[in-house]
Amino acid sequence: MTALASRPSAPPARRKRRAMARAPQETPAGLWTYLLLAVSMLFAAFPLYWMFVIATSNDEALAKLPPAIVPGDRFLTNVDEVFSLQDVYFAASLVNSVIVSTVVTASVLFFCSLAGFAFAKLRFKGSNALMLFVVLTLTVPNQLGIVALYIVMGKLGWNGTLLAVIAPGLVTAFGVFYMRQFIVNTVPDELVESARVDGATTMRVYGTIVLPAIRPALAVLGLLTFVATWNDFQWPLITLSGTDFPTSMVAVSDLASGNYVIYRRVLAGAFIATIPLLLMLFIGGRQIVRGIMEGAVKS
Amino acid sequence: MSSTRAAPAPPSRRPAPERGRPGAHDRRLTWRNRLYRFDMRYMPYLMIAPFFLLFIVFGLFPLLFNAVVSLRNYRLDDPTLPYWAGFENFSRLVADEDFWNALYNTFGIFLLSTVPQLLLALLVASLLNRQLRAQTWWRVGVLLPYVTPIVASTMVFSVFFSRDFGMANWVLGLLGIGGADDPIDWRADKLHAWIAIATMVNWKWIGYNALLYLAAMQSIPRDVYEAAAIDGAGQWKQLWRITVPMIQPVVLFTVILSTIGGLQLFTEPMLFDPNAQAATGGPNGEWQTIAQLIYKVGWKDLNLGYAAAMSWALFLIILVVAGVNYLLTNRLSGGRK
Repeated sequence: MTALASRPSAPPARRKRRAMARAPQETPAGLWTYLLLAVSMLFAAFPLYWMFVIATSNDEALAKLPPAIVPGDRFLTNVDEVFSLQDVYFAASLVNSVIVSTVVTASVLFFCSLAGFAFAKLRFKGSNALMLFVVLTLTVPNQLGIVALYIVMGKLGWNGTLLAVIAPGLVTAFGVFYMRQFIVNTVPDELVESARVDGATTMRVYGTIVLPAIRPALAVLGLLTFVATWNDFQWPLITLSGTDFPTSMVAVSDLASGNYVIYRRVLAGAFIATIPLLLMLFIGGRQIVRGIMEGAVKS
Repeated sequence: MSSTRAAPAPPSRRPAPERGRPGAHDRRLTWRNRLYRFDMRYMPYLMIAPFFLLFIVFGLFPLLFNAVVSLRNYRLDDPTLPYWAGFENFSRLVADEDFWNALYNTFGIFLLSTVPQLLLALLVASLLNRQLRAQTWWRVGVLLPYVTPIVASTMVFSVFFSRDFGMANWVLGLLGIGGADDPIDWRADKLHAWIAIATMVNWKWIGYNALLYLAAMQSIPRDVYEAAAIDGAGQWKQLWRITVPMIQPVVLFTVILSTIGGLQLFTEPMLFDPNAQAATGGPNGEWQTIAQLIYKVGWKDLNLGYAAAMSWALFLIILVVAGVNYLLTNRLSGGRK
């Protein structure tokens, strides 16, 4: 990215003549490119904006043509209604989502970086075969075992508790794979070796050499994991719905159940449950983009 | 794979200045030796153990156990039935109209979402593949739908596609389609419901796929384009003749990904229904997908054995479709070795 930005651009006269000979990524974007991109952005952002519009409006906003397009002034009223609904447990659900997403993310970062370090820099019998196994598990859609997972959780007595949502996500194959790739490329063998010569244990090498070197990768994996965990719906719905401990996604779907759905409430709830992720995209957008793009090149 | 790995340093290379006094230090050394040997030999296994343990308990075992459950009578509301059901669940599946209907819906929505999704992603990627001002912000912007919870966006689209005051009908009315007198009822027939749901899926994943394509596009060597320009190929031709074939591995990857995701579609069809808890996907199952039917059979009808049999059927279908798609895309995008 930075290499592109710092490359000096050709003088204007040459630019036109040689436009065809340049790779697209080296061609400065024209008016049409910006225009089409702006339209794409509009499509991407409009549903979010409109969620906010309805979340701030009264019931009439949804029953008129042309549709409402400007935010109203009832956001706090709607939010207040959402939080005071008896069977939805909305406030608790936000806390639950924070707990689940934070615990899963922290655990994924720790265990995946440990395993990634082992696969990248340590010698042990069967390491190649085991790594291949990890990659293969990436292709198994684990949603297919969901019936049996429910029975397993039932035997453990975890259904209806946050444990059922947290436990299956604590280490992921993608995380191990991603960390391994990153450590192979960024941690020099000589550094690990010289620490070994000085008598450092494996965990010490991990703490003093590996961890500081992989901070960018931790940020990327952490953001991606948090977003995915926060947004998960099917499994939390199965194991948590009907309990007093829903995640925020289950709670939002509860807002929309019943005979008469009040959409300004539903969308106010949905908007609140989306805010943390918008904040993350705003703060860590660069890292998320990098994580997705790096994953693409390596896979 | 890294070719050079840190060789374990033999413990004797550690400086041992107190060698003069034997006895106590020998013992300490062997203790240290043992610790060192343990660290070298077994520590790596300890470090990778959490993944394998967790995968076996919550991934592999459920998948295999699913096969056992599918051969059993496993009803949450009636534990008195005989333990084994044999292939009863599977023979019931073959004759189950709901299953075939759900399969039909799943494929319909899958086609309407995958094809436009990947084509539009390709276009967005080629837009992003220029020297742009505020480059990072454009890239972050296309990810807005990706971070938005599907639960939240489906609620919005649910309102967009309402019959009387929906945004979709209003916009179409401006274009002379439908209109206020004859509005489209998006939940009344299969095709319209499929289009509405496919729109949600497309909205969610175009930006994500575009970034995957963009990453691959940026690693195409530039002399390939120079050669094409000398041959007189325009931008459009370059996109299809050079860019797409060069990023073919990533295209295959996204096709596989969206196959796996598309055939397991759950949240969108669930919440598109105003009566979501019934999980029927419309009054007559107009848009009920397989994942949704599995949920209904398992947790509304409380027949886990039958739901497990359906999961296996879905697994096989995904394998077959992913394989076929792989071959098809390989052909279409001009896979040459």
